[in-house]
Amino acid sequence: MKKLFLTATVLAAFGASAAAMAASDVKIGAIWPLSGNSASAGKAAVAAMELAAQIVNEAHPELSNLPLASGTGLPRLGGAKVKLVVADHQGNPSEGQSQTLRLITQEKVVAMLGSYHSSVSLTSTAVAERYGIPFVVGDSVAANITGRGFKWTFRTTPIASDFANNYMDFLADLKKAGHPASTVAIVHENTDYGTSVAGTVQTAAKAHGIDVVADISYNANGADVSAQVLQLKQKNPDAIVFIAYTSDSILYMKTMKSLDYLPKFVIGDDSGFSDPAFISAVGNLAQGALNRSAWNIGAKDSTTWRINEMYKAKTGRDLDDTSGRDMQAAFTLMDAINRAGSTKPAAIRKALRATDLKPDQLMMGYRGVKFDKTGQNTLAATYLIQLIGDHYVAVWPDRSAQHALIYPFKGWK
Amino acid sequence: MILLQVIVAGLLIGAVYALFSSGLTLVWGMMNVINFAHGEFVMLGMYVAFWGFTLAHFGVASFSAAAAMMLFMLGVLVYLALIRHVMRGPMLAQILSTFGLLLVLRYSAFWAFGANFVSLPDGILGPSLNLGGILLSAPKLVAGVVALAVTIGMHLLLTRTMLGSQILAVAEDRNAAMLMGIRPDRMQAIAWGLSGASAGIAGGLIAFVVVTFGGFGSVPGAMIAGLIIGLIESLSAFYVGPVYQDVFVYALFVLVLWVRPRGLMGKA
Repeated sequence: MKKLFLTATVLAAFGASAAAMAASDVKIGAIWPLSGNSASAGKAAVAAMELAAQIVNEAHPELSNLPLASGTGLPRLGGAKVKLVVADHQGNPSEGQSQTLRLITQEKVVAMLGSYHSSVSLTSTAVAERYGIPFVVGDSVAANITGRGFKWTFRTTPIASDFANNYMDFLADLKKAGHPASTVAIVHENTDYGTSVAGTVQTAAKAHGIDVVADISYNANGADVSAQVLQLKQKNPDAIVFIAYTSDSILYMKTMKSLDYLPKFVIGDDSGFSDPAFISAVGNLAQGALNRSAWNIGAKDSTTWRINEMYKAKTGRDLDDTSGRDMQAAFTLMDAINRAGSTKPAAIRKALRATDLKPDQLMMGYRGVKFDKTGQNTLAATYLIQLIGDHYVAVWPDRSAQHALIYPFKGWK
Repeated sequence: MILLQVIVAGLLIGAVYALFSSGLTLVWGMMNVINFAHGEFVMLGMYVAFWGFTLAHFGVASFSAAAAMMLFMLGVLVYLALIRHVMRGPMLAQILSTFGLLLVLRYSAFWAFGANFVSLPDGILGPSLNLGGILLSAPKLVAGVVALAVTIGMHLLLTRTMLGSQILAVAEDRNAAMLMGIRPDRMQAIAWGLSGASAGIAGGLIAFVVVTFGGFGSVPGAMIAGLIIGLIESLSAFYVGPVYQDVFVYALFVLVLWVRPRGLMGKA
């Protein structure tokens, strides 16, 4: 009898502590570049994910179409709050590895988010794979991050080949409208992000019968891009695709102006062109630059508009596409943890695999979130946007366009 | 024509590299200390230029002067508060102390200024100059010419003035200089000040050309003649490809060290 009583007490104590555990914070690791050349993008992304956690942790009935927004915390985990544990990888793949290791083994995070640079996502997801911790990639687009046979890597964002095909379809439409669009130059930074996107643009161009007249690879930390611009000036392609980070994108615009080279058309592949610092520094030199984005602030009082207002109150600037895609990754992960009803990595992985979010449950313009066997979101999509004044507006595809396309590139004229 | 344009672009950025390296070599030549924080001095010079322009609408001349003055003081301060003491320690302490200074300056800048990119507005120095088809960007032209003038001025200061002779005397033989009534500490502090000032001016100048941001990447091959580096970078980037420009620069670096182990201008 005494023994039974003891067992009961122990069980009760366990039960109580299990309940206490359930209500304690759920730790999610996040690695982003918080110092080094991409620190401004990294900080913007982390602020967005903190906002996502805040929306889940506090009651936001006005955002009720987003899963978990109306209530507080994760209901299936006894209302547990989500806590982001943020670490800086400095844009360095080996630092990304060691920070991921630290977050998993010492901070005991139950899942990971990351990490802006494709090169860092490649190495960090490998660490998570070894330790059996789900890693949701919100923004890195290099094709080979998924498709390596990893079981624990998931990716919500559209990837390089999606964008490359979009750009080429767009150029085909330009041609139909009577504009010259048969040659392109690709200018790309020389790490995993730049080289992989450039590779897919090459392939897509070939498939569309567009001639790649120059493929210029450069180091994004350089202080001078005159040689690159002179090369472009000599080839004078019908369109240039820039796959560049922030400081280099700014330098290109300034240098093109000082060397008096106004390209016929400029396409920027997100990243640098989407950094608010780009618009404030050289927006007046880059009028008509085309960019991609799955983020659209939308009409007043819409969910996206409200999110943007909250983000603006927190950081003083508009939410950008990259940070928005990361925020969507954070929402997707938190929804999966809640559905798992557990902080066990295997349960979270199972819930992630079963994810099936509809477009109206998302803040980004994807057609949904549903992962294939490799962990890639099969419903990811994007718009093409154009810089007009100090804002980007959607111009392509026609059904999502808010403004007529401006042709040719106006630059500083 | 395009070759000439590439050469001009290379020489202009090379002149700024030369100014970078002059301050670094001054300190190295005088007391065998490598200042790893030199690049952060340049970064602070860029911020002085940026804030000078944004808050007080300084012109080019005044923000270069302001950057020189502020960084001169910082150089002297660093010498008096840090270097003077670690000079007595082992070599490793010297290396680690300036490396530590680098981290302190870089992360203080992140803390104070944030990690956002800032840049001076385009066109404050007017449009590019067209010299018979060769386009000279106004900011780069000003930066290149002023950098060359300051580098030459520094050379003249060291070789043609009393102060310069005293600095060189301390570099040659500290004890002998002391016996001649020269105060080595003061001279070394001035050398650090000059080194800081040149970094400050370089920063002030390239603030036009590049994008300012907490922690300037690297001082590209600061120890060899900046002009040659600028030229090689520009030519190799144009003819071979920008990714390979470092290969050419460092191949040259190794070649120079192989042929002239004491450096390009070093005497055996």
